[in-house]
Amino acid sequence: MPRGIRDKVAIIGMGCTRFGERWDADTEQLIVEAYREAIADAGIETSQIDAAWLAVAVDFIHAGPSGIPLSVALRLDNVGVTKVENYCASGTDAFRGAVYAVAAGAADIALAVGVEKLKDTGYGGLPVRSRGSMFDMVGVVGSAPGNFAQLAAAYSAEHSVHKHDLKKAMAHISVKSHSNGAKNPKAHLRKEITMDTVLRAPMIADPLGLFDCCGVSDGAACALVTTPEIARSLGKTDLVTVKAIQMAVSNGWEIQGSGWSGSYCPTTRIAATRAYHEAGISDPRRQLNLLEVHDCFSVTELVTMEDLHISKVGEGWKDVLEGYFDADGPLPCQIDGGLKCFGHPIGASGLRMIYENYLQLLGRAGQRQRRTPPVLALSHNLGGMPNQNVVAVAIVGMLGA
Amino acid sequence: MTCPGSGILAYGAYIPRSRLQRAAVVAANAWFNSALSSMGKGERAMANWDEDSITMAVEAARDCLGGLDRTCVSSVLFASTSAPNADRQNAGIIKEALNLSDATGALDAGGGQRAGTSALINALRATSSSGKSILCVAADKRKSRAGSESELLNGDAAAGLLVGSGEPIARFLGCHSVTVDFVDHFRSTDSEFDYGWESRWIRDEGYYKVLSDGVQAGLETLKLSPAHVDHLIVAVAAGGVPEAIARKAGIKPDAIRHALDATVGYSGTAHPALMLAHALETAKPGERIVVASFGQGCDILGFEVTDAITHAPRDHGLTRWLHRRHAESNYLKFLSFNGLLDMEKGMRVETDFKQSLSALYRNRKSVLGLVGGRSTVTGAIQFPRSELSVDRSDTSVGTQEDYPLAEKAARILTHTADHLCYSPNPPAYYGMIEFEGGGRMFAEFADVDPELIAVGRPVRMMFRIKDTDNRRHFTKYFWKATLTL
Repeated sequence: MPRGIRDKVAIIGMGCTRFGERWDADTEQLIVEAYREAIADAGIETSQIDAAWLAVAVDFIHAGPSGIPLSVALRLDNVGVTKVENYCASGTDAFRGAVYAVAAGAADIALAVGVEKLKDTGYGGLPVRSRGSMFDMVGVVGSAPGNFAQLAAAYSAEHSVHKHDLKKAMAHISVKSHSNGAKNPKAHLRKEITMDTVLRAPMIADPLGLFDCCGVSDGAACALVTTPEIARSLGKTDLVTVKAIQMAVSNGWEIQGSGWSGSYCPTTRIAATRAYHEAGISDPRRQLNLLEVHDCFSVTELVTMEDLHISKVGEGWKDVLEGYFDADGPLPCQIDGGLKCFGHPIGASGLRMIYENYLQLLGRAGQRQRRTPPVLALSHNLGGMPNQNVVAVAIVGMLGA
Repeated sequence: MTCPGSGILAYGAYIPRSRLQRAAVVAANAWFNSALSSMGKGERAMANWDEDSITMAVEAARDCLGGLDRTCVSSVLFASTSAPNADRQNAGIIKEALNLSDATGALDAGGGQRAGTSALINALRATSSSGKSILCVAADKRKSRAGSESELLNGDAAAGLLVGSGEPIARFLGCHSVTVDFVDHFRSTDSEFDYGWESRWIRDEGYYKVLSDGVQAGLETLKLSPAHVDHLIVAVAAGGVPEAIARKAGIKPDAIRHALDATVGYSGTAHPALMLAHALETAKPGERIVVASFGQGCDILGFEVTDAITHAPRDHGLTRWLHRRHAESNYLKFLSFNGLLDMEKGMRVETDFKQSLSALYRNRKSVLGLVGGRSTVTGAIQFPRSELSVDRSDTSVGTQEDYPLAEKAARILTHTADHLCYSPNPPAYYGMIEFEGGGRMFAEFADVDPELIAVGRPVRMMFRIKDTDNRRHFTKYFWKATLTL
């Protein structure tokens, strides 16, 4: 087992745009808006950046290919820019690249940027695109809600949870996230909603109604990382370090092999186990203080509570209904409003989650700041479809925690 | 002529699940064409948006072949006047869907309503002494204008007959053909719709002379006494005509087979074989069947049912499909499915999924035949097959053998009804399914009854249209899961 990167890399600056229907901004403006906040936070110059990673998931509708759009937008010093596309885990994967470069000693300071300009397609929802020549011939070109909605039918069947109970737990998740997002000036949707609104909403993909789905929005987020030593030399005192970053990518077992019930994501379970090991966490339900998970759909958040080994398998829905993950509960999930209220500019989302954890750890989260400042916070991305996906788990915390 | 030894070895049929209620069509169109008012009785078979004459032919062929060893099929003849491709062998697609050997002949027949019987005659002749079997399938999904009589009279259907010289369930007695350029209707190759002449002329000069005289001449050729005809199949969409022909020929009235007009409608080139398959479902040894088809002349065929029919499987055929039924009263759906109503499809449909023909050819067994792989090391079954087995205990490369999945029963693992993604018949139903004996896939569901979709529910695979490239007019086919009967 590798030793991992725990406490080897510190975050010295982060930035995040206001997410939403940014009719005012191109990809370039979004990148610059997030970056200006991060570089000011870090207190460094652009010329000090040694390498950069750019996460863009659907480049053909906005940024175009390669790392060039980032280098041009920020007028980087002709450093190497790696373009990352890994479905909804792209942002965390870009962060992983930057962190690894610093941990390896290949870069003193590295930049990770995630951006997506989705609201130029002319229609709602994610852009329709090819998944490769073979998939297009034998796969199902459904929608994202359709893919994730299937978790619900399988979950109900496997755990004998009545679909009405499950629908109620799912609705609680959305109500909770909207209540959190209402307090966040950078969130796209800032309106509280009621259980009734969620339960009566039009059906998108059975059993996911409109309010079980996150929106589609534009946004960017970024991180500047370096070693704890360099961070201190820059005058930083309260250091947020990376405790773990783990990814798990489907190898085809779920969709082709035998044994998967369709009610959970084995990749999340694998990535979480590895991340807890890397971070030295033995009891995540008690040791973690904050969760930012991939709540593309309410049901995804629900099964993720089990897959992260926080809730017992088959009982996550009960934890949800008991308010365990509410902002004032024992372990808040999506205290910033989540994908539910931010929308999901794919490349940006993973870095947006780390941004919230970073703010909360430093006590800079304003109106939504957790009273007891957290020391260990987890973020999670799930890209693709439940039956074939990319999962990324990142844990950040105070140095020494 | 007679062909001793050859005959029908097996029969099959297919009609789509939806039956368009004629009353709904009449209610919508009578304001425009009051003559339709008397035609509102019964229903007609209506192909789903993802069915065409190829997919229907595949189902009829599967119904016909049942559990038979498919290596006996030496050639596939496909008859239709609504074949999707003018120059891409339609029978070849059927061959791929049936996962027949590449060393199989194939031929498309068309050009007129008699194509089904003419192809059958040629197959019967070809197999009389060769010892080979030929699969004759016919299917039609005839396009008709909104508010036309054809719209009410036609029905979408397919039939399949396996012919050869083994132990036929119906021995071929011979045939008689007449060819005259009697143009009751016509459609040029670049036209969408038929142009028809007055029905009274067609009846008097066509049915009562060309066809009726043909039947009598046929009986003479076959040396078959009219009194010995037990089943008379007159495959025309004209009430009273079979009765008149029977009367003129001296065939007893109770020999007249029902034309299926109240339940299926007239299915063009498929109709003679469809009626024949229907007759064979209940036919008894020794009974004689006369089949008469019409179109720029006529074909008259005679068969004698043999003892072998008593051993033939009876769990297939038209009756089974008649029971798999959904009464459709939404006439607009019919118009939309048939390209007669330009619905607002939204921007999602604009994404270009052009088919790579080279990729399709490389993967044709997976895509058109639903052939998966089985590890020769661990026995693990998977779809699609791959260089490395999904079972990671087998680490060697290229250990998989072909494993056909199309005929395997399966069960639903996960499901949804998607209202967001584009579907010509929303919502789109899809989910994971698992095959009995191993293997699973992510599949679209077709012909869905929303009340019956549930985890664990048994499903059966059907060959369907996956998508049509409307820019280049290329049809993509794949397999979908349907609820088991």
